[in-house]
Amino acid sequence: MTTAATPFRWREPSILPGFGLALGTTLTALSLIVLIPLAALFIKAASAGPADIWAVATSPRTIAALRLSFMGALIAALVNAVFGLILAWVLVRYEFPGRRLIDAAVDLPFALPTAVAGISLAAIYAPNGIVGSLFAPFGIKIAYTPLGVMVALIFIGLPFVVRTVQPVLEELQSDVEEAAALLGASRARTIFRVVLPQVAPALLTGFVLAFARAVGEYGSVIFIAGNVPMVSEIAPLLIVIRLEQFDYAGAAVVATMMLIISFALILSVNLIQAHARRRLGDV
Amino acid sequence: MSDTAPPFVAAPVRRKSAHGESLGVRIALIAVSLAFLLLFLALPLASVFVEASAKGWEAYRAAITEPDAQAAIRLTLLVAAIAVPFNIVVGVAAAWAIAKFEFRGKNLLISLIDLPFSVSPVIAGLVFVLLFGAQGYFGPWLQAHDIKIVFAVPGLILATIFVTFPFVARELIPHMQSLGTADEEAALTLGASPWRVFFRVTLPNVKWSLFYGVLLCNARAMGEFGAVAVVSGKIRGLTNTMPLHIEILYNEYMGAAAFAVASLLAGLALVTLALKTFLEWRFGDEIAASRRH
Repeated sequence: MTTAATPFRWREPSILPGFGLALGTTLTALSLIVLIPLAALFIKAASAGPADIWAVATSPRTIAALRLSFMGALIAALVNAVFGLILAWVLVRYEFPGRRLIDAAVDLPFALPTAVAGISLAAIYAPNGIVGSLFAPFGIKIAYTPLGVMVALIFIGLPFVVRTVQPVLEELQSDVEEAAALLGASRARTIFRVVLPQVAPALLTGFVLAFARAVGEYGSVIFIAGNVPMVSEIAPLLIVIRLEQFDYAGAAVVATMMLIISFALILSVNLIQAHARRRLGDV
Repeated sequence: MSDTAPPFVAAPVRRKSAHGESLGVRIALIAVSLAFLLLFLALPLASVFVEASAKGWEAYRAAITEPDAQAAIRLTLLVAAIAVPFNIVVGVAAAWAIAKFEFRGKNLLISLIDLPFSVSPVIAGLVFVLLFGAQGYFGPWLQAHDIKIVFAVPGLILATIFVTFPFVARELIPHMQSLGTADEEAALTLGASPWRVFFRVTLPNVKWSLFYGVLLCNARAMGEFGAVAVVSGKIRGLTNTMPLHIEILYNEYMGAAAFAVASLLAGLALVTLALKTFLEWRFGDEIAASRRH
């Protein structure tokens, strides 16, 4: 739209009023609430000095906590990708009693406070709980182990994949599937070669959203995790513990590591998606 | 009709089986979905109410009427009553600037507004402790002037605003973008004042997506745990919100009381879901834009 002849402009002319007021309000609030506080975090982490940063960053407890948070979030997001895709498919394609109710219930993890989710998951997945007692005879403990962390992370990430895949499935044109079927493709082949590639970008978006949410999750996890250092202690809990010991710099370093790793991951997925979109057209 | 019937009857049946899954596969997929939701949604939700009533109605009533619980309920309502209107004003302002104008750096601004979604709630609390805590950057100055932010109500409000910052804006932006600027331009041309245009033209157009955003914002504000846990100091009766009160009761092995307070928040979640579902059903077209981003 802008050619070499048009002068550089910060915004296109408009007769609508209020741009300055609206943008000013937004930028002021954004800076005061989000940007300046986050900058303070990075400054605090940097002020610790290289030796201290290195000591915190490479301490076995920090690494174990970060590994649990990121690996747990990854596994939970993968589980949600599989079951979320099935769930979205069932909700869009099949008609069965209670479908609308189930569709509405999928958003429960968005609405239910994390502390409530945490204590109720702990209650049912504990060895004497309704689900935990089914596994206890086989020597499988869910609550108060890393498995419990996954359960909580699956819960809070559940709606993301369903809600990103569902609208794409709804708008999928069935003529392509019919064409594939008429050309002799089996149903399974049609789904894996025709349907899934069209859903893949939305599935990846939902996966990333679920992952990003799970990495930082605290409330629902701490009740079910058991919080044993090096075993079932998540990174956000380690930040809280450092803070309670008045080790502000240590807390800031762990928090900064979390933010840098998750932003790097989210950014690289976005780049992959942008690359795929350029290659395959707007899918 | 009877001559041509057999081939035409046969065709749709064959096509249907090739196009859709077999009955067995359908039933299996529905069963897998239901089992997954039972394990991760239905049982946890049901257990809240079962555990809350474990010790009977009197114990339930006592748990939610005792002074600390009442103080926690009042504080949760107070924090939401400040954080939600703040986010409405900022969210509407952001949506007006982003949806009605073309300017450089717009995508960056949208990403920055969404930023709190990818920040751990614990970090959202931590940043305010680093700024306003006793050892924080402004700690000494605040102490000298006898102002408390961290371990006090202002900190709870700041942390809550941080985590709920994107909710209103991200529901409004796609909807206002899809509406364009023609209505507002017409109203201005007809001589309406800017605020009149906003309150009489723009706001009525987007009121349901605004309400939708406020609903989600409020649910998160009242239920937030991680961010407020860090800044609260958990002083009973003073800086304990409902989720924090639940944690204290739970850690003191007062499970039934913890679940009693939790059942109030679970009730709020159910009301939120019901209203949300109603809005999507009744005004689906208007708020659809935001569900398809």
